Amino acid sequence: MPLLQIEDLRAYYRTEVYGISRSVRAVDGVSMELYNNEIYGIAGESSCGKTTLIKVISGTLKPPLRVESGRVHYDFGAFEVDMLTIDPEELRQTVRWKEISYVMQGSMSVLNPVRKIIRTFEDIVRTHQGIPNKKLFLEQTQEHVRRLGLPPDVLNLYPHQLSGGMRQRVAIALATVFHPSLIIADEPTTALDVVVQRGVLQMLKDIQAESQNTVLLVTHDLAVHANVADRVGIMYAGRIVEEAPTQIIFNAPRHPYTEHLIRSLPTIGDKSVKASLGGAPPNLANPPSGCRFHPRCPLAMDRCRTETPEMITLSHHHRVACHLVTEAEA
Amino acid sequence: MLTVIRDLLKYDGRFRVAFVFLLLTLILAALSLFSPYAPNRTFLVPQDMPPSLQHPFGTNSRGQDLLWWMAFAVRNSLILGIITAIVSRIIAIFVGLVAGYRGGGIDRLLMSFNDSFVVLPVLPILILLSFLLQGQLSLVALALLLGLFGWPWDARLIRAQVLSLKERSFTRTAVYSGTPPLKLTLREHLPFVLPVVFATTINNMLWAIGMEVTLSVLGLSDVTVPTIGTTIFWANQHQALVAGVWWWLAAPIIVAVVLFLGLYLLFSSVNEFIDPRTRLRRIGA
Amino acid sequence: MRKFVLNYLIPRIGQYFLVIFLGVTLTFIIPRLSPSDPVERQVSQLMMSGSHVSPEAIIAMREALTEMYGLSGSLWEQYLAFWGRLLKGDLGPSLSSFPTPVTQLLATAMPWTFGLLMTSIIISWIVGNILGALASYYEKNVAIQIVDVVSQAVRPIPYYIMALVLLAVFAYWIPIFPFSGAYPPGTRVEFSLSFILTVIRHSLLPLFSLVLIGIGGWFIGMKSLTSNIISEDYVVYAENAGLPKNRILSQYIIRNAMLPQITGLALQIGLIFSGALIMEVVFGYPGMGTLTFQAVMANDYTLIMGITLLSIVGVATIVLILDFIYPLFDPRVRIQ
Ligand SMILES: Nc1ncnc2c1ncn2[C@@H]1O[C@H](COP(=O)(O)OP(=O)(O)O)[C@@H](O)[C@H]1O
Ligand code: SF4
Ligand SMILES: [Mg+2]
Repeated sequence: MPLLQIEDLRAYYRTEVYGISRSVRAVDGVSMELYNNEIYGIAGESSCGKTTLIKVISGTLKPPLRVESGRVHYDFGAFEVDMLTIDPEELRQTVRWKEISYVMQGSMSVLNPVRKIIRTFEDIVRTHQGIPNKKLFLEQTQEHVRRLGLPPDVLNLYPHQLSGGMRQRVAIALATVFHPSLIIADEPTTALDVVVQRGVLQMLKDIQAESQNTVLLVTHDLAVHANVADRVGIMYAGRIVEEAPTQIIFNAPRHPYTEHLIRSLPTIGDKSVKASLGGAPPNLANPPSGCRFHPRCPLAMDRCRTETPEMITLSHHHRVACHLVTEAEA
Repeated sequence: MLTVIRDLLKYDGRFRVAFVFLLLTLILAALSLFSPYAPNRTFLVPQDMPPSLQHPFGTNSRGQDLLWWMAFAVRNSLILGIITAIVSRIIAIFVGLVAGYRGGGIDRLLMSFNDSFVVLPVLPILILLSFLLQGQLSLVALALLLGLFGWPWDARLIRAQVLSLKERSFTRTAVYSGTPPLKLTLREHLPFVLPVVFATTINNMLWAIGMEVTLSVLGLSDVTVPTIGTTIFWANQHQALVAGVWWWLAAPIIVAVVLFLGLYLLFSSVNEFIDPRTRLRRIGA
Repeated sequence: MRKFVLNYLIPRIGQYFLVIFLGVTLTFIIPRLSPSDPVERQVSQLMMSGSHVSPEAIIAMREALTEMYGLSGSLWEQYLAFWGRLLKGDLGPSLSSFPTPVTQLLATAMPWTFGLLMTSIIISWIVGNILGALASYYEKNVAIQIVDVVSQAVRPIPYYIMALVLLAVFAYWIPIFPFSGAYPPGTRVEFSLSFILTVIRHSLLPLFSLVLIGIGGWFIGMKSLTSNIISEDYVVYAENAGLPKNRILSQYIIRNAMLPQITGLALQIGLIFSGALIMEVVFGYPGMGTLTFQAVMANDYTLIMGITLLSIVGVATIVLILDFIYPLFDPRVRIQ
């Protein structure tokens, strides 16, 4: 059984301001699975729905975001959870932080600016486990951050006294206090410089290797996925357009969008100007018909404009949604 | 502009109330043009008549019809508010823009003066001033005076808005491309600064009209000119409440409440409309 | 620590002295710019009052008054003398209760105003902020919506009008509160329980008015602040982490949103103080507001000067104290 099964998930932002109602179809027909003991990477340009997908998976969505249809099912071994129907209080008590923890995008600013770091640890531990013995809690927390390579002194500092990289590590340390089955990290390295990035990624890899759990890593930076992920899903305009083990995504991509993303990766020593694709991801309030990539796709055909390509599963767990890939290959 | 008003009328209850209240106020003010009596004449109608069809607001102990008197009063209070708002706007915009754009030492200097003015208790100073000018402080002079004291809060807001605009990329691009700063200010930033100026204008009028009430009640303005404040002054002089002529106080209070609520609801409705977050949701970014 | 002193403490103290300097200078300049001459006014008032005064006495009086107002010598000398007297705490004798020193009248009135002002500020600031913070979470709660509507209705009404309305309603229409004063005329001022209770009962209406207006203002400010803070990453994070609501409200939302409200309090002390003076006048409460009213009615120029100067120094001092308190709540200022 996979840890997480998502079936045909649709989640829209529905807003109404001064009489103008809009729905942004940020997640529009996503199906995927996550397994135990893997690092799954989600890639795709900014505003194609990655964060929205995560909000639904982690059960942290709030209006105006609403799930329209689909299924998000977890199997934690000891018990199963249907994320879309679970009672919020039960979610809070049994799943949050213990089974799923979520390192938010922009997590440099997730720490309360007016309280010491240790207070945030205290809040989280008290909520989910209780602190019968304050001294023991302090020792355990110090031990926890030390094991992750952080100086225990940071616990007594305020967020503004830490560097961006340090704050990101603290956020990850917070997310791992209970060794959850799934750690979701949204753009954990964006806004960090390269050296610091490497440290943060290594920390995530080490944690995963040690506790053999699942990490869902979201970043628009494909180079990060190449180094860290076991499998990669490429998202475009609210949909997964291609998914495969990392090796295959980078060596034998089939979707024109994936090819484009890989081609625009900088390679060492290469000074040539990258061929860039014109345009930007579409406005999801009014996405293009047919294949949503067709306005930017160099290989678009007539049927791409009208027909939505089905997801086709090739060998080696390789899935693609593009009219260029036919059932015959599968 | 018209479509904005239409949208607000349709979707914002506060704006609807504001619209009705301000309309009533303006109609009352406009009535002053048709008044059968000059405002400073007394003993024209029977004294102390309670509100009736003939005298909707009643008459006072000085033999004046309160409806016509209030028409002049609300008109004059509005004029005062507008003059004060204009004067203090000029200072606030100047200080806010200069501090915001020049930055550095000039900013610090202007802001420390600004903050000093914010902290100074205006009322005692104004009392001292009007006390010395007793009787000679005409409506316009009082308006100008209030204008000289009413700018620092808004200068602060305008400066803050400029600072946040300066952070945006289009300013930097325009600076690099050599657009002269003044032109840049006018073309790129005014559309963002003006709504703030508008919102603060309303707030400033509220403050000015309220201050006038206070000074007039103390008898420190020209009490022969009808305003909301001088109406109360005369009512107090004649001990209206004790004498049972409650409508003499009710008229200015009701008119003031309608005017103030109207202005304030307009302010908060417009404020929400121009809030960048609402704006984002509206244009759907 | 050094940075905190250099970047925060010293500029604040500098600002304090700047406010006092500007205020005192204004108070000095205003009478000298005004067309009416306080000495002449005083003299002619005396002559009009009908009492028989000999011409010599008038000349002597004119000299004495000129001396007392500090109107002799060049403008610069007058200015220095003005400061000199202020620093000695000499505000001259009151003209209406001659020869009682102005400082003595102020000393009697100030505690009343201080008590009313502080009580109302503390109550309204705390209650308004807590309600405002709750409003962001419990938008649909009927009680909160009522507070919201009442706040919006009360906030823009000028103090004087508000006081009149409350006075008419509670002392005239439904007479549950005494009409005016801090204690009934003829009561002996003493330190006894019954006297204190009388004072409290008589102070209730002005206090209630100030608190009502104050709560409205702080509520509206806090509501808009929290509606911003609620989407800050650290609040969303705390929610995602499943922390209990009251913990998020107290430690995450209020702890952060109260910071701009402290600054807001400092910025508005001048306005609130003015409001308190007006309330006192309406309710005949024996503080500085009523003293001002009496001074205006009695043409007591020195007393008005004294009230103005004390107001400036008093308000500036409260602001300075708030500036000292602020870093206790904001580690970003305290530890730089
Ligand atoms: N609160 C919101 N209300 C309305 N639309 C939103 C909101 N948050 C995000 N969106 C829209 O949803 C789309 C997907 O956003 P997001 O999931 O953040 O993308 P990504 O994480 O891939 O950058 C974007 O078009 C964005 O504008
Ligand atoms: S379906 Fe058509 S438009 Fe879409 S990616 Fe494939 S070829 Fe391009
Ligand atoms: Mg994102």
